[in-house]
Amino acid sequence: MFLYYIRLSLLSYKRNPILSSLMVLAVAIGIGAYMVIFTLNYFMGGDPIPQKSEQLFHVQLDYGDPALSNLDPPPQLTYLDATALLGLSRDYPHTASSKFAAVLEPEGNALRPFTVNGRGNYADFFTLFDVPFLYGSGWDRSADENYQQLVVLSQELNERLFGGANSVGETILMHGYYFTVVGVMDQWSPVPKFYDVNNGPFDPVEEAYVPWPLIVSLELPRSGNTNCWKAPEGDGLQAFLNAECAWIQFWVQLETPAEQSSYQNMIDNYARSQMDLGRLQRPVDKRLFTVTEWLLEQEVLPDETRILSALAAMLLAVCLLNTVGLLLSKFLGKSAEIGVRQALGAHKGSLFIQHLIEAGCIGAMGGLLGLGVATLGLEGVKRLLGDLIVTDWMHLNLSVVVVTIVLAIISTIVAGLYPIWRACNINPAIHLKLQ
Amino acid sequence: MLHMTHLSKTYRTALVETHALRDISLHVKEGEFITITGPSGCGKTTFLNIAGLLETYDQGEYLLDGQDVSQLGDYQRARLRNQKIGFIFQSFNLMPDLNLFDNVDVPLRYRGMKAAERKRRIEEALDSVGLLSRQKHLPSQLSGGQQQRVAIARALVGEPRFLLADEPTGNLDSATAEGVMELLESINDAGTTIIMVTHDPSLAGRSARNIHILDGRICEPEDAALTVIGQLDSQGRIPAAKATSTAILP
Repeated sequence: MFLYYIRLSLLSYKRNPILSSLMVLAVAIGIGAYMVIFTLNYFMGGDPIPQKSEQLFHVQLDYGDPALSNLDPPPQLTYLDATALLGLSRDYPHTASSKFAAVLEPEGNALRPFTVNGRGNYADFFTLFDVPFLYGSGWDRSADENYQQLVVLSQELNERLFGGANSVGETILMHGYYFTVVGVMDQWSPVPKFYDVNNGPFDPVEEAYVPWPLIVSLELPRSGNTNCWKAPEGDGLQAFLNAECAWIQFWVQLETPAEQSSYQNMIDNYARSQMDLGRLQRPVDKRLFTVTEWLLEQEVLPDETRILSALAAMLLAVCLLNTVGLLLSKFLGKSAEIGVRQALGAHKGSLFIQHLIEAGCIGAMGGLLGLGVATLGLEGVKRLLGDLIVTDWMHLNLSVVVVTIVLAIISTIVAGLYPIWRACNINPAIHLKLQ
Repeated sequence: MLHMTHLSKTYRTALVETHALRDISLHVKEGEFITITGPSGCGKTTFLNIAGLLETYDQGEYLLDGQDVSQLGDYQRARLRNQKIGFIFQSFNLMPDLNLFDNVDVPLRYRGMKAAERKRRIEEALDSVGLLSRQKHLPSQLSGGQQQRVAIARALVGEPRFLLADEPTGNLDSATAEGVMELLESINDAGTTIIMVTHDPSLAGRSARNIHILDGRICEPEDAALTVIGQLDSQGRIPAAKATSTAILP
């Protein structure tokens, strides 16, 4: 009977093409608009590294101003704390990292010098975050310890400098220093950019990655947020490094609860030692955050998306209310047919199912058209925000497509419940005589 | 096979109470051909709808094949309609976007019959009304008489015990009506019980038994004869009359 009902639904569509198309359009607009916002939320609020998001921990210490106890702890670490933790947590995969922006001088005359957004990070960064490589690989810890001038390039920068060829072993001149290319990353754009949400969670990943100690030793120009609750005592880099200024992100991989507990104790002890020294004055209960906890803690999903979600849901509701009216009109217009079917042996249950399937078909068609509306909507958002954030991730993947169709079907069926109930409870005798 | 005893039906609104049927008692035997006559609004169609389980009644008893139908739910009533009753309507009530084959198929769909068996029955039914060759046509491509033949095929395809026909010739010219009437008579000759509502005394005269309803009641034969003779219009039909009893509620 299911296929029979599907066929009847298509015939019913043909019988009232304008009314049916209006319903499909109403569903498509409502669902399409909702799916644009859903897609944005889905990717912006999604888990960027699901395979190990519960094993990666962001480390936080509260070194903030004791006079402002109601302020949240700063999200980044000071140089003093980061270097201390690097020494204490050598047994675990870990990395400190921070941004820099340096001028790169390409060899030859083909390209003019340009500024590169880079990141200083420890060797474990690449394995910690499952960074994919096109050529070569990252470096090892000894390169960090020995201040080796190595660099990993993004695919885009490698394309720009070397035309996409395998550049491992080549050198680049950056900030007046030569760096040897050890690896070229494959396409990698975690959304949100969880490892550094303080410097644009939806910014593109950096173009060049160097051992973090070089940021200090070569005085690479730091970029990104820096928060100091106390002014540096003196001038120059060393004074800045010794100051209560936070600019470093710190991540560690802890695979078991035992490791997590042990690491937590270790940083608690470190925090206590710093409190004893009078540095840390605001103890906090929680210093380790998983990726998902950290994204929530930092409220990566902007408030505007919640407002947009509510608006999109309201638009969907309005469209569905219109659909209720149109379905009511359509199904009550079929009273005579319903009466005949009842006379010929259809019970109310079978008529109810028949019309539920008809509503479902309208929903499915609305969902398919809604995919087109959503695609157009996402293109619009890309054009609107393309200059501000990376928008490569704004597309309808299989999950979103399935959710769109299913949501459209379910919404239309729900919208159809009252009209169907009304239509199936007509008095057949009246309509048989009137036809 | 059909036993109605002291059956009454009243339609109520906030202000008006209309007695459509009053104390109707009727017993129909297997294989009978009964016509129901009476002026418009006298309760003929209400009677037919109750007989066809499309409407409920307020008082009395209705046994269909010995089964009391008053306690049946929607599903059981639908099943009885599907298996035992065939309907023929004045305006044919074919589904305009289904071809003849699919129109005749409708009652069999609700019986959950296998496709091959349905096909066999549909082709037989269409053949019996002389329209097998036009099974892929839409109703709009047929004349009124042909459409009524399709409706008869649809009523017969489930091999019902009795047919309820509500003015089946009302929308047809006299020649076509005669053809439909002959078809119904042949169906009755084959053993199917038929109850037919008609305004046409000449058709009523061809049935073995004529029941005349007036003011929601079955009339005595002599009253019926007087009514018919006294109220025939120029075309020999019983004219519309306010035949049911309506009371204004206090």
